[in-house]
Parts: sequence; C-alpha cells; structure tokens
Amino acid sequence: MIRLEKIHKSYVTGNNSLHALKGIDLNIEAGELVAIVGSSGSGKSTLLNVIGILDNYDKGNYYLDDKLVKGLSEKKAAWYRNRMIGFVFQSFNLISFKNAMENVALPLYYQGVNRKKRNLIAMEYLDEMGLVEWAEHLPSELSGGQKQRVAIARSLIANPKIILADEPTGALDSQTSFEVMEVFQKVNRKGITVIIVTHEKDISERTDRIIKLTDGMIEQEYKPLKQTHYA
Amino acid sequence: MNRNTNHLNKLIMLDLDQWQEILATIRKNKLRTFLTGFSVAWGIFMLVILLGSGNGLAKGVMYNFSDAKNSIWMGGGRTSMAHNGLNAGRNIEFTNEDLRILDNRYSSIENLSARQHVNSDAISYKNNYGVFNVVAVHPEHLVIENVKLMTGRLLNKLDIKEYRKVAIIGSAMKDQLFKEEDPVGKYVKLNGISFKVVGVFDDVHEGETKRMYIPISIAQKTFISKNRVGAITFTGGDASVEETNAMIEEIRTTLAKKHNFDPEDQRAMWSWNALEEYQQMNALFKGINLFVLIIGIFTIIAGIVGVSNIMLIVVKERTKEIGVRKALGARPGSIIWMIIQESILITSVAGYIGLALGVLLLEGITKAMPATQYFRNPGINFTVAILATLMIVLAGIIAGYIPARKAANIQPVVALHDE
Repeated sequence: MIRLEKIHKSYVTGNNSLHALKGIDLNIEAGELVAIVGSSGSGKSTLLNVIGILDNYDKGNYYLDDKLVKGLSEKKAAWYRNRMIGFVFQSFNLISFKNAMENVALPLYYQGVNRKKRNLIAMEYLDEMGLVEWAEHLPSELSGGQKQRVAIARSLIANPKIILADEPTGALDSQTSFEVMEVFQKVNRKGITVIIVTHEKDISERTDRIIKLTDGMIEQEYKPLKQTHYA
Repeated sequence: MNRNTNHLNKLIMLDLDQWQEILATIRKNKLRTFLTGFSVAWGIFMLVILLGSGNGLAKGVMYNFSDAKNSIWMGGGRTSMAHNGLNAGRNIEFTNEDLRILDNRYSSIENLSARQHVNSDAISYKNNYGVFNVVAVHPEHLVIENVKLMTGRLLNKLDIKEYRKVAIIGSAMKDQLFKEEDPVGKYVKLNGISFKVVGVFDDVHEGETKRMYIPISIAQKTFISKNRVGAITFTGGDASVEETNAMIEEIRTTLAKKHNFDPEDQRAMWSWNALEEYQQMNALFKGINLFVLIIGIFTIIAGIVGVSNIMLIVVKERTKEIGVRKALGARPGSIIWMIIQESILITSVAGYIGLALGVLLLEGITKAMPATQYFRNPGINFTVAILATLMIVLAGIIAGYIPARKAANIQPVVALHDE
C-alpha cells in the first residue's frame, strides 16, 4: 500500500539546512496497523507529512497504492488527500463553527456531494462512533474523546485506504486514549491501513508493528511484545 | 454531474455551506467586519454625495441656459479705427436692410430677428404704474428668449406687417399691473400710447418676466428712428461652434463693407455666440464630474485597501482551519473562492448601505433645500447607481484576491502544528 524508497527531506531556513529524513525505506502493506515512534525531532512527523502528501520530499520515490507520488499539482494532491487518506490530528482540528455532523461531512463537501446526502452519510458514521445524539453540537460542547471520535468519523467518511493519525491521543487522558485506540483497532479490522505517530509506549504497543525513528533514519522495526488485541 | 451543479451553485453563490461559513466568520468578528464595511460604505457614500452635488451644481447653472442654446447676437458699436478716410468714433447702427441682407445670404440662419430696447416712462394700467423693460422684437426673437405663453397669444408676423400696437407682458409685470385681472384685451399706456395686451408669458429667468415685448415695426414708427433694429439675433441650427464662429466672421466682413468700418475693428461691432458659452459650461461641468469621480474612486480604493488588509488578517487567523481543509481535500480554487466570496459579501452589503444613505441624503437635500441659481435637484442617475453597484462587487473581488491567493498558498502541513 505504501512503499518508500530512500526518501530524503531537508528543511532549509536561511543558511541552515535541517536534514529531517535521511533515506527512509519502508513498506506498509494494506490492512496493517502501524505505529511510528521516536523522540521529538526524530523526523516522525515529517515522515507522516510525506506519507499524507501534506509535504513533498527531496529525493527518493514514494508509491501510494502502487502509484508514484512525486511533484503532484496542488489539485492532484488535494484529490489524493481527499480520496485516499484520512487524517486524525492531535488537536482534533474540528472547525469550530460547524456542528459535529457538518464537520464529519466536510470531506464529502469537497467531493461535491450535495448537502442532504453527505449529512445523511455523516450521521451513519457518527452512529458508528456512538455520537448520534451529539450530531448537532458544536465542537466546543464536546469532550476531548468525543471530539477525537468525531475527527475519526470525518477521516473515514470518504472511504480512504489509509488513516494517518498524528499523536491522536496526545491531548487525551489515558482512559480516553485507550477508547480511541480501540476505535482505531476496529477501523483497522475493516481492512483500512492505519498509521499512528505516537510517543506513548502503551499506544504503540497496541499496534501490529512499531517503526522507531531516530535522527531521520529507521533505527528499528519490531512487533510489540504483547498483543493487546482482544477477541 | 453532481460536481458540475455544485460548481455552478458556488459560482452563483447559492451554496448554503459557503454562506453559512461566511456568516459564521462574520458573526465571530462583528466589530472587525463593521469597521471593514464602514470604510467601503463611507467610500461609496462620499462618491454618491460628490457626484450628486456635482450634478446639482451643473443642473442649477445649466437651468439658466434656458434660452435657445444656439443663438447668436450681434450689434453695432462705436468705431475705434479710422477706415476709408472716415474718422474713428462713429456709431454703427444696424438697420432693416442689414436683416434683409443676412436673410438673403445665409440659408442656415433661423429665427432672424431684431431686438431693440425702448426707453419708456412708467407704464400704466388704470391707476397702477410700474417701470418695466420694453423690448421691440420680431416674433422670432421670442423663440430665442424661449418664453412660455401663459394666456393669450405671442406676437406674430401680422403684428409686424400691420404696425399693430400690441404687446405681450411678463408674468411679474402682469401681477404688478393687473393683479388678479385678466390682462388679455386690456390696454397699457407706454409713453402716452396705448398698447393692447394680447398675451402673458413666463420665463425661467425671473428678471425677464418684468418685461414687455412689442413688435419692432410699431416701435420703429413711434419710438425709435426708422429702420433701426438694435441688435440682430438668430439661431444657427445644428451648426457647430466652429461653423457659427466662422459665420459670425463672415457676417462681420459683409456688414463692415456695408457700414464702412474696418472688419478688424472689434469695437465697431459686437457679437456673442451662446453655443460657445454653453459648450464651455458643459465642458466645465464634465471636468468637475471627472474630478469628483477621481476623488470618489480614490476614496473607494482606500476602502478596498482596508478590506484587503482585514481579509489578510482573517486569512492569517484562519491559517490552521484552511490547512485542515486542504488536508481534507480542499482544492486551492475552492479556498480562493471562499475568501473572495466573503470579501464580496462585506463590500456589497456595506457598499449598498453607503449607496442607499447617499441617495437618501441627496433626496433629503432636494426636498429641504429650494432650488437656487447654483444648485438644483442634486442626485445621481440610474446608470451611475448600476455602475457603482458593479464597482462595489469588483472592489470586493479585488480586495479579496490577494488575501485569497495567500490563503490558497497555505500548506496543509500547518494542520499538524500545535497551537
């Protein structure tokens, strides 16, 4: 599903150049649940940006679903983000003046689905997250866990092949974090590839595979010690 | 298909979501939106007031040009140059003969007529007296003066031919001498001779309604030397200023030969071309209007810059949100349109308020202030209002464009940054 070949990425600010990714080779198969871990500055966010086509890379090749993603136009990139990838963010990034249902429906808006239809679909996804009665509420009226579940519903509504989550539990307490992780596991069991960037050990241990980044390179890849999947 | 209709909806601004979002951001920043809109409203308001006032000024002054706009006046003076052995200082007086020559020679001359002031004592009717202007004319001169008949009739050719002692009097003169009485058929006494009033006229120029017109023929017979016509007046049809000026010069040469004065002698004969003056005035007011327009447009530009500035701040504040939208699949075009629409909405609503207030104020001035010689019925016409409307929308697009470009260039990566 995702294939990275010798990906390099540098950030240039003035005369300084920060080599954030130093030749990443990575394969993620369809249906995997993967955690990317590493200390701050290890390049894990940069890697997520590249995979999510939020940022470009300098060298190497990135294949998404066997298609080379390189030097895309803004329009094409927007299409990929919309159809192939669902994003979940640490700070939820819900739009404050839209209610939960409208937030979930937003990706379909950019596909040109009409209002009635997309709101109907949004309600189905909210139902799956157990948030139907919160559909009309603004984000400010929701708890952190609820907000993140709305965000996950939003990331799923366009039927993406991949979910990219950037520290999805970073703003949540541990109990809620586990609940959110359960949602991700549930999503993953439907066959969607899920990639979670996290620095929390107990989160990464609930995935199938952990990729550890250090200083812009993959230091090691390993399976978590104990599988916390429940039956 | 779905996508196409959606595009169309966006284009005609029927997209409910877009409106909802714009209104939501506006509601979140009421004061800022108000201040932004105010600058545009103020610009349009000033433009309307300035244009309207310019119009009022033009209308007020142009209203005085009620007489035939293409009239030409000329008359004899006193020579200032010796000519053909004759001394300077001779009086030149035009006569019936001169009128005939002009009539025969220039087919483009219309309404050719004499105009001679008659010295008179107080004019009386019964026990009412008054001093009025008495002007002896051909009937055609009344076209040049553009008098409006109120009752009775104007002078006619028979009056001239038959040396009738008839007169038409101005409305003010009628009020003074006849009060409520109908003057038509009554006689007024002028220098001891009775003249029958055949009509009452009105004139835009108030001073000219204290006036009495009598036929030139009877005046020549009774009050002034025979043949004297005083001034010669006529209209030049559709001829341009250049053509009429050329005609005046030609006539000058002709009359100079006949009356034996040097054609270069400006004192020997005076002339006045109303068309030239009218067009100069027209040009002046066109100039004033242009000036006003330029000031107005610069005021609006200031407004546009204001809106643009605010929209830049809006875009900056919404950076993260726009980043999120892009991460969710928003195309650059939809982001640009979103910002421009907000800009158009603010400028349109504010601009309309400015336009409406400006028009209302002008209406109020028209109602409250009597028309004067220099100011009359200020207002802007429909075309200007439509143009202003288009300009407002255009202003919105221009004001929104730079901020919109900036918004479209926001990288979706910002969605990942923590606040």
